[in-house]
Amino acid sequence: MLTNFTSIALTIVGALAWGLLLGGISRSVTARVHGRIGPRVTQNFIDIWKLFRKTSSIHHGGMFWMAPMFRITGAICVLLMVPLVIGQNITCNMSFAGDVFLLIYIMFFGCLGMALGAGNSGHPYAVIAVSRGLAQMSAYELSFSIAVVAIAVGLHTFRVEGIVAAQQAGITSWNIFRFPFASAGMLIAFLPMQMAYPFGIVLAPQEIPIGPPTEYSSRMLSFMFSGRALFGVAKLLLFVGLLFGGASSWLSLLVKTFLLYMYPVVVSSVFPRFRTEQSIRFLWFVPTTLALVDLVRVML
Amino acid sequence: MYCNQRPEKPGNKKEFLKKITNMARANSLWVTAYGTGCGAIELRPLYTSRFDMERFGIAMRPTPRQADVLIISGYLATKTLKRVIRVYEQIQDPKYIIALGSCTINGGMYFDSYNTLNVLDKYLPVDVYVMGCMPRPEAVIDGFSLLMQKIKDGRAQGWKHYKENLDYYRENQKKIITDWDLPDYNW
Repeated sequence: MLTNFTSIALTIVGALAWGLLLGGISRSVTARVHGRIGPRVTQNFIDIWKLFRKTSSIHHGGMFWMAPMFRITGAICVLLMVPLVIGQNITCNMSFAGDVFLLIYIMFFGCLGMALGAGNSGHPYAVIAVSRGLAQMSAYELSFSIAVVAIAVGLHTFRVEGIVAAQQAGITSWNIFRFPFASAGMLIAFLPMQMAYPFGIVLAPQEIPIGPPTEYSSRMLSFMFSGRALFGVAKLLLFVGLLFGGASSWLSLLVKTFLLYMYPVVVSSVFPRFRTEQSIRFLWFVPTTLALVDLVRVML
Repeated sequence: MYCNQRPEKPGNKKEFLKKITNMARANSLWVTAYGTGCGAIELRPLYTSRFDMERFGIAMRPTPRQADVLIISGYLATKTLKRVIRVYEQIQDPKYIIALGSCTINGGMYFDSYNTLNVLDKYLPVDVYVMGCMPRPEAVIDGFSLLMQKIKDGRAQGWKHYKENLDYYRENQKKIITDWDLPDYNW
């Protein structure tokens, strides 16, 4: 049994490294889809170190500096509450009764922080992107929350560990088979969460180049990229726990998170982008209806 | 939003893990998406599958805040100089300039034009010149390789030179920009 501090540090460093590596792999996969060679898989590590060592002389107010910290804090909170591998003591797990509700809220904490920071930067592209992002977030958050509640009510537990434990009787006990509609709704909501196309209206390089982080540079951008990588892994772990039976070994954890990560990457490579109103209309209607079907089924 | 404060002279401070940092800088060059002249048309093929500059870690950034490299792509008109100065000074250190084409070296075919700068190095510190009219994408990649080697060796110090000799550069810039309304330094 490791000390709390060591296990927390291990969890964060491991998740960061895995998140950055997955990001590098996704860049390579996207490049292959384009018929290019693409960057090396370690490119994200190189980018982050370079950004960290650049000078920074830009100041746009306190919230501007706080936003990347909000993002990293939100990511770490989610990460520490989601079980990684069942029955191991190396990494940290602060799961408690009712943590599903806290996770639903805290997953969007980083996005709200980013919205405040980007708004403080005063750049028009950042402000447009933030308004788009918040509108889209309210759309997919609804379907995500309904789906999670449907699963939690169906399994009579509001603890992520409990949800994972209820799926240990073989593949057919995974929630993706027991709650197919709610799972479909969650997996559709997963695309905008990962800013994947066709829902990539926040960064939208052709219209509002890179959106919220327009004014961010150097260390702040480095923290932001790190936060994104951490948050990506935290979301993957949560989805693996909620839908795919958690992980019984480190290998199954890596395989499951890798395959789940590739799903938005591949979808993103072949789809064009929705306009804002198309994206929001789709998210309000399709995944929400799917999630509601399972919720009603469970309640009946 | 910009402040009026002049930059501090960088000096020769000891840098933590300098070699590794220089390797990272050389292998992660982010270019400001800003074309000053006709040479910008030769940069487009670099993104495509034929040349694929991303395999060297080179990427385009839409904002100078996040960029490392500014490419002066061909002739630089006197009107454009003011904008280029603003963009260059907003890039965070360390930063590099690649000058494309004969026009940036000696004016090229515009050597006697009333509105084109002849020697770019008088106005901004150039790290690498790529000659030709226009240089093909292969030549641009070669220029990038040269810049990467210079960064690895710690020889791409144009940004330091610019800050240390800001008065010299400002004097030359103000000779061209007669309606100077910029702050002392564009942060």
